[in-house]
Amino acid sequence: MKFFADKFFRALMVLSMLIVFAFLGSILITILKNGWPAMSWDMVTQLPGGGFYIGKEGGVLNAIVGSLYIVGASTVLGLLASIPIVFFINIYLKKESRLASFVRLSFDVLYGIPSIVYGAFAFTIMIFFGLRTSLLGGIIVITLLIIPIFVRSMDEVARQLPKDLLDATYSLGATRFEAIKVAIRQILPGIATATLLSIGRAIGDAAGVMFTAGFTDSIPTSLDQPAATLPLSIFFQLSSPTPEVRERAYASALLLTLIVLVLSIIGRMITYRFSKNKIK
Amino acid sequence: MAVPLLKKRLAKDRCARSVMLALTVLSLLLLVAMGVGLYLKSEMILDRYSLWTLLTTSDWKPLKGSFGFLPFIASTLAVTALSILIALPISLLTALYLSEYAHSWTKRVVFPVLDILAGIPSVVYGVWGTLIIVPWIADALGPHFVDYTSGYTVLASGIVLGVMILPVLVSLFIEIFTIVPQDYRDAAASLGATKWQVCRKVILRKSLPGIIAAVVLAISKAFGETIAVLMVCGNSASIPHSLFDPCYPLPALIANNYGEMLSLPLYESALMFAAFILFFIILVFNFASRLLLRRVEKRYKL
Amino acid sequence: MDTETQTFAGAFQRFGQWKETDGSEARTAGAPEGENTIDIQGLNVYIQDKQILKDVTLQLFDRKITCIIGPSGCGKTTLLRSINRMIDTTEHVRVEGNVIVDGENIYGPKAEITHIRKKIGLLSQRPTPLPMSIYDNIAFGCRIHGTRNKKKLDAIVEQYLRATGLWDEVKDRLHNPASGLSIGQQQRLCLARGLAVEPQFILADESTSALDPVSSKHIEDLFLQLRERYGIIMVTHTLRQALRIADYVVFMYLGEVIEKGPADVLFNHPQHELTKQYLSGVFS
Repeated sequence: MKFFADKFFRALMVLSMLIVFAFLGSILITILKNGWPAMSWDMVTQLPGGGFYIGKEGGVLNAIVGSLYIVGASTVLGLLASIPIVFFINIYLKKESRLASFVRLSFDVLYGIPSIVYGAFAFTIMIFFGLRTSLLGGIIVITLLIIPIFVRSMDEVARQLPKDLLDATYSLGATRFEAIKVAIRQILPGIATATLLSIGRAIGDAAGVMFTAGFTDSIPTSLDQPAATLPLSIFFQLSSPTPEVRERAYASALLLTLIVLVLSIIGRMITYRFSKNKIK
Repeated sequence: MAVPLLKKRLAKDRCARSVMLALTVLSLLLLVAMGVGLYLKSEMILDRYSLWTLLTTSDWKPLKGSFGFLPFIASTLAVTALSILIALPISLLTALYLSEYAHSWTKRVVFPVLDILAGIPSVVYGVWGTLIIVPWIADALGPHFVDYTSGYTVLASGIVLGVMILPVLVSLFIEIFTIVPQDYRDAAASLGATKWQVCRKVILRKSLPGIIAAVVLAISKAFGETIAVLMVCGNSASIPHSLFDPCYPLPALIANNYGEMLSLPLYESALMFAAFILFFIILVFNFASRLLLRRVEKRYKL
Repeated sequence: MDTETQTFAGAFQRFGQWKETDGSEARTAGAPEGENTIDIQGLNVYIQDKQILKDVTLQLFDRKITCIIGPSGCGKTTLLRSINRMIDTTEHVRVEGNVIVDGENIYGPKAEITHIRKKIGLLSQRPTPLPMSIYDNIAFGCRIHGTRNKKKLDAIVEQYLRATGLWDEVKDRLHNPASGLSIGQQQRLCLARGLAVEPQFILADESTSALDPVSSKHIEDLFLQLRERYGIIMVTHTLRQALRIADYVVFMYLGEVIEKGPADVLFNHPQHELTKQYLSGVFS
C-alpha cells in the first residue's frame, strides 16, 4: 500500500512539474510567436508617429526611454535609502532585537501592499502638492515601491553574513560603521543580484505609474512632463481596435520580457563571477 | 594624535547610526502615512454612507451616487481564492519533486529558469491570458458548461493569476524544503519510510511555517495584482455567480476609472476607499498570518 | 583553601611573577617595572539568565603564554571573549565585575570598546580572512586606526607577513583575494592582521583546532616567538598543546576557575581533585 502511494504521488508530482513548465513555456512561446513578426527596428528607435494608434508608422521609443528614466532614477534613490536600512538592521541592531524584527515585519507588509495602492497614495500626495502626472510622479511612486523590494532581498543576503567575519573585524578595533565596509565587500555580489532582480520587477510594474506618470508620445525633457512606460504602452496598444496596433503590443511585450530576462541573467552572472573575494 | 582620531571615528560611527536610524524610521512612517492618507481621502464617502452599506450593497452607479462595493470585494476574493487553489497544489508537488526526487543537475537548470520566469512582468501574463486563456474558455471549455461566455471571466482571471504566482511559489517552496536538515530525511528513511512518507511526515510538517509564509506572500501578490487581471476579468460590476461570469476586482476598478474620478469628488473618494480596503486587508492579513506563524512554530517546536 | 594558597604561593615565588589576585596589596607588589597585566576581578557572565562564568578572578601576564583548559562548555571561550569585550556581540548577555587593562576598567562607564579591542586582539577558531586582498587584509586595521601612508602600509604589511612566515609564500600575489590561501596560511594571515594593529595581548580561541598538524605546529611556533613581545592567552582543547607551550595554565570547570598556576606546577602537582581527574583523562 505504501509503495502504491509513493508511486501515485510521484506520478502526480511529475505531472505538476509538467503543468508548470507547460504553462510557462506557453507564455514564452505565445509572446515570441506573436511579438516577433511585429518586431522591427522602428519599434525600438522611433517615437509613435501621428497615426501610430491606428496602425501607421512609429515605434515605442517613448515608452522605452520613459521606463528607463523612471526605473533608473528610482533605482538610484531606492538604493540610497535601502542600503543604509539593511545595514542598520543587520550591523547596528542585534540579531534578536525587537526593533529589527518590527522593521522586518513592516517591510514585509509594505512589500505585500499592491502597487495600485502605492499609485493611489502617491497620487493623493501629488494632488496635495499640486503636482501633475509627470516623470517626477512616476519616479516617486516607483521609488516608494522599490524600497521594500530592495530591503527585503538585500536583508536576505545580509542576514547570511558570517558572524565570524564581523567578529574578526570588531576584534581589530573597528567601529560598526567601519565593519560595514567589510560587510559590503562580502555581500556586494548579492546586493548586485538583488538590485537587478528588483529592477526587473519595477520595470514591469504598470499599476503604480498609471496614476502618476501619465502617458505621452514624446520623450520627457524635464521632470514635470508626463512620461510613457512600457507596460502602460502595451496595455493601451492592446485595447486598440486595430489589429496592427495589437500586434505591436505583442512586440512591445516581447521587448519588455527581453529587458527583464537580460537583467535577471546579468544578475545571475554577477553572482557567479564576482564572488572571488567572498569568504565561504 | 591618536585621541582626536578615535574621537573622529566614533563621531562618524554615531553620525552614521543616526542617519540610518532616521532613514529606517522614515520608511516605516511610509506605512503609517499610506494608511492615514488613504483614510483621509476616503472620509468623504464614509461620511455620506455607512461602512456597512458600502461593503454590503452591490449597486454601483457612481454618477448617480450609489456606491456598493460588494461586487468588487466578492470578485477580488473569488479570483484570489481560485488562483491559490490552482497554484498551491501544483507548486507544492513540483517543489517536492524538484527538491526530493530530482537529480541535482535538474535543480541546477530549473532553479534559474524559475527565477527568471518569476520576473516576467505581469502585463505579459495579461497578454498571454487574452491570447490563450480567454479564447480557450470562450470556445473550448465554456460551451460544455454554459450557453455563452465571452471568456473574460473569473476563471480566466484565476488561471492567469495562478500561473503568475506559480514560479514564485515553486522557488520559495524549494528554498524552504532545502532548509530541512538531511538528518531528518535519513532518520525517517532508515526507519523504512518511503520517499512519499518522508515528504509528507517530515518535509511538509517541518516546513509548515515556511509554507504558510510563502502562501501569505502569494496571496498578497494575487490579491493586489492589477494589470494582468484587468485585461482578462471582463470588468462588469456585478457579483459573479459562476466561474464563467465576468468579474471586477478592486484593483481593476481603481485602475480603470482613475481618469474620470477627478471630475467628481465623491467618485474619487470612493476609489480611494477601494485602495484603502486593499491596504487594510493586506495589513490585517499580514499581521494575522504572522501571529498564526508564531503559534504554529510554538506548537511544532520548530 | 588555605593550604592551596600556600602551595601556590610557593610556586609563585619560584616564578617570581605570579601573584595572588585576591588581595590588593599582593597585586601591586610583585609586578616588575613596566609589566602590563590584565586583571580580572570577580567576573560573572550571564547569557539568557544562565550563569556562564562564576566569580572569575585572574591575572594575565604580558610576554607569557597562558593556556585556559577545561572540558567543553566550561566557559573558556566566554572568558576569552570577555577580555576584549567581544562578548558584547552575544545576545542577551549580562556582565558583572571588572577587567582592568592598563589601569582602566574595560567594563567601566568610560571604556571605549574599539580602543580596547585594538589593544587586545582575537584570533578565532576558524580562520576568517576579510573579503579582500591579502594586502588589504593587513592594511585594513592600520587604515582604520589612522595609518594611510602607502609606504608605511607597505612596510607594515611586509613586516607582519614576515613575522608570521607568510612573506615568502605570498609576496608575489599580495593583491590576490585572501580567500585563495590555504586554511593554514589564512590563519597565519589572520594572526598577521591582528598583530598589525599593534596589540599588547593576543587572545587565541582554539586557533589551531581547524588546522592540519603541520599548520598547527606553525602557529604554535609563532606563538612561542611572539611571546617575546606580546602576552598570549589561548583557549585550548588539547592538553598536549598546553603542555608544549604554556607558561601558565588556568583550569576551568563549569564556569569556575578551579586551579591556576605556572604550567609545570599545575601539570606536575595539581592540587585540586578535579584538575587531577581532568589531567589524567577521567573526563575531557
